[in-house]
Order: sequence, then C-alpha cells, then structure tokens
Amino acid sequence: MNLNLTLIGQAIAFAIFVWFCMKYVWPPVMQAMQARQKKIADSLDAASRASRDLELAQEKASQLLRENKEEAAQIIEQANKRANQIIEEAKETAREEGERLIVSAKGEIDQQVNRAKEELRGQVAELAVAGAEQILKKSVDAKAHSELVDSLAKQL
Amino acid sequence: MAGNASEYIQHHLQNLTYGLHPEYGLKFAENAAEAKAMGFWAIHVDTIGWSVVLGGLFLFLFRKAAKSMTQGVPGGLQNFVEIMVEFVDKSVKETFHGRSQLIAPLSLTIFCWVFLMNLMDLVPVDWLPALFGAMGVHYMKVVPTTDVNATMGMSISVFLMIIFYSIKIKGVSGFTKELTLQPFNNKLMIPFNLLLEGVGLLAKPVSLGLRLFGNLYAGELIFILIALLPFWIQWALSVPWAIFHILIITLQAFIFMMLTIVYLSMAHEDH
Repeated sequence: MNLNLTLIGQAIAFAIFVWFCMKYVWPPVMQAMQARQKKIADSLDAASRASRDLELAQEKASQLLRENKEEAAQIIEQANKRANQIIEEAKETAREEGERLIVSAKGEIDQQVNRAKEELRGQVAELAVAGAEQILKKSVDAKAHSELVDSLAKQL
Repeated sequence: MAGNASEYIQHHLQNLTYGLHPEYGLKFAENAAEAKAMGFWAIHVDTIGWSVVLGGLFLFLFRKAAKSMTQGVPGGLQNFVEIMVEFVDKSVKETFHGRSQLIAPLSLTIFCWVFLMNLMDLVPVDWLPALFGAMGVHYMKVVPTTDVNATMGMSISVFLMIIFYSIKIKGVSGFTKELTLQPFNNKLMIPFNLLLEGVGLLAKPVSLGLRLFGNLYAGELIFILIALLPFWIQWALSVPWAIFHILIITLQAFIFMMLTIVYLSMAHEDH
C-alpha cells in the first residue's frame, strides 16, 4: 500500500466524473422529476375541481327534476279540473236541451188537442143542426139560425 | 502450505503497477520489491482502470436515463435513476442548507461510484485475477477501494473542496480566524488553537479516506483467507460474509457521501 501517482489519477478521474454528472446527468433528471411533480399536482387539482363541478351539476339536475315534477303535477291537476268543468257544462246543456224538447213537444200536443177540439166542435154543431132540422121537421134557415148554432157550438 | 498461503495472499494484495524503475526505466513491476522501488512515480493500472470503467458505467447508465427522461410513467432504468437521485437529493437537503449546484451531483457521483467500486468486492476473489493471469497479466486487484490511493485520492479532492469553499464563503481572513481564534479567543492561545483546529481539519480527509479503505481492505482480506480453505467448505463462510458485505459496501458508500456533505456544509457555515 504505497502511495503513488494513482492518488492524483484517481482525483482527476473523480473531478471529471463529478463534472460530467453535474453537467449532463443531474439537471435533466431533476428537471423531469420536478416537471412530473407539477404535472401530478395539476392533475390532482383538476380532478378535485371536476368532482366539485360534477357535484354541482348533479345538484342542479335534481333541482330541475323536482321543479319539472311539480309543474307536471300542476298541469295534470288543471287538466282534471278543466275536464270536470267540461263534463258539468255538457250535462247542463243536455238537461236544458231536454227541457226545451219537452216544452216544445207539450206545445205541439196542446195544439193538436185544440185542433181536434175545434173539429169536434164543428162536427157537433153540424150534428146539432141536423138533429134540430129533424126535430123541427122544417127547414131552418141556416142563415137565420147560424147565430143560435154558433152559440150552441160555443157551449160545447 | 504456510509459505504457499502467504504467497497467495501477498499476490492478491499486489497492485498491477506501472512506473519508472530507478534501474530498469518505465515498465510494469514484476514483483512487490520492484513496485516499491518505483516509489511515488508509479501508477496502479488496475485501480485506475477499474475505477474509471465503473465510473464510466455509472455515468453511462445515468446519462442514458437522463437523455430519455420522460415526465410520464417512468420505465425501469429511469425509475431506478430517479430513486437514486431523489434519495441523494433528500440526504443533501436535510444536511446542507446553503445553495450549491455542485454538492448534490457530487454526492450522487460519490455514492454510486464508491458503491460500484465496493461492489467489485463481491466478485469471487480469484475469478478476475485468474482471467487476467491467463491473459499474461500477473497482478490484478479488482476492488479499487481496497487501494489506499483511490480512497485518499477522493478524500483529498473533498479536502480541497472544503478549503476552497471555506475561503470562498468566509474569505481568507474568516477562514484564518476560524483556525486561530477557536476554541479559545485569545491572542496568546493562537498557536494552541491552530494546532487543535489544524489537526481537526487534517483529520477529515485522512479519516474519510482511511475509513473506506480499511473497511474494504479488511473485507477483501477475509475473502482471500476464506479462499484458502478447501473448496467444498468455502461457501459456508463466504456466503454469510458476502451477505454481510452487501450491507458494508452500501453503508460505506453512504457514509462517504454523508460525511462529504457534512464537511462541505460545515465549510459553508459562517460562525
């Protein structure tokens, strides 16, 4: 173990290696590692931001859904109400129409009854006149007795 | 057997040395005596070679990952590199509170490089020396951190950085004051303080380098001793020791890195 020039040779080699490492190895490795660290930190940030956004969106969506449901319920209720109203109106109209028909039918019936009565009355007058002719055995002047016949017919 | 064993051990602890021999000129040392005779002007080719190869491997892998770095989902290699970088970055940030472009990559380089050099310890002790022996290279010590030159080379570099940053942050006068007026703030105590602080300062690189060297050298030596046993019993000792060594090599790499960070952070702090 004698000391010799190897000592200096080793020191020179050492210096060259350190220089090379400092110049060509350390900086790129360090740079890449720092860049990756930054990238990971950014990604984590973005992920947490995205999850927050998602939460907000979900909340908004559920709120919209709730509002729409309420609106739909309201619309259905209105429609039901309107339907009931229409049915009521239709019933009313039908009832009125029926009454109107009944009234007109009654009017017609009365008219016909009256007409029949007039006819009967006329026939009865004629019969009475014929009967009276027969009884009196003489011709009666229709003209002179028409007043009498008319009053008779009216009494019928 | 005894002579054989000590020869075997010495052979394993001998570096492949290339240098200026006073008598034969520039050549590879053929034995320990020749290597010794070369003195300071010699170089451990195996130590330098393996450490450069391993450092190159580390930088190649990390550079490959760094070039194809993606911000998306990381692949296998990138994942590994990111774990390492993050681990080192965290260790630096916990200890070092100043701002420095250098200290984090420095720590990463130290940790990975020292770990890889230590990892060579887990390669069975005879494989690579035998392979190189077959190619005509007689000495091959494959674990650079078991060579005190390698560890001290690194710790002295760290020491120079400590001094550089001390002067840069505190100025020459601040650094001098730190060395002379602590712990006793009295003019008469300057020599004493200087001695105390000087020893403290010099102890940093020495302890840093020798700690790593000592641990790995001892570990390697035990592997060599285990290799002396009959082959059918070696596994009973080498496997537990290797498993334990996985902890040691990681821990020593980590300690070297942490102490470097601590020392440099002390150099940055103004008292």
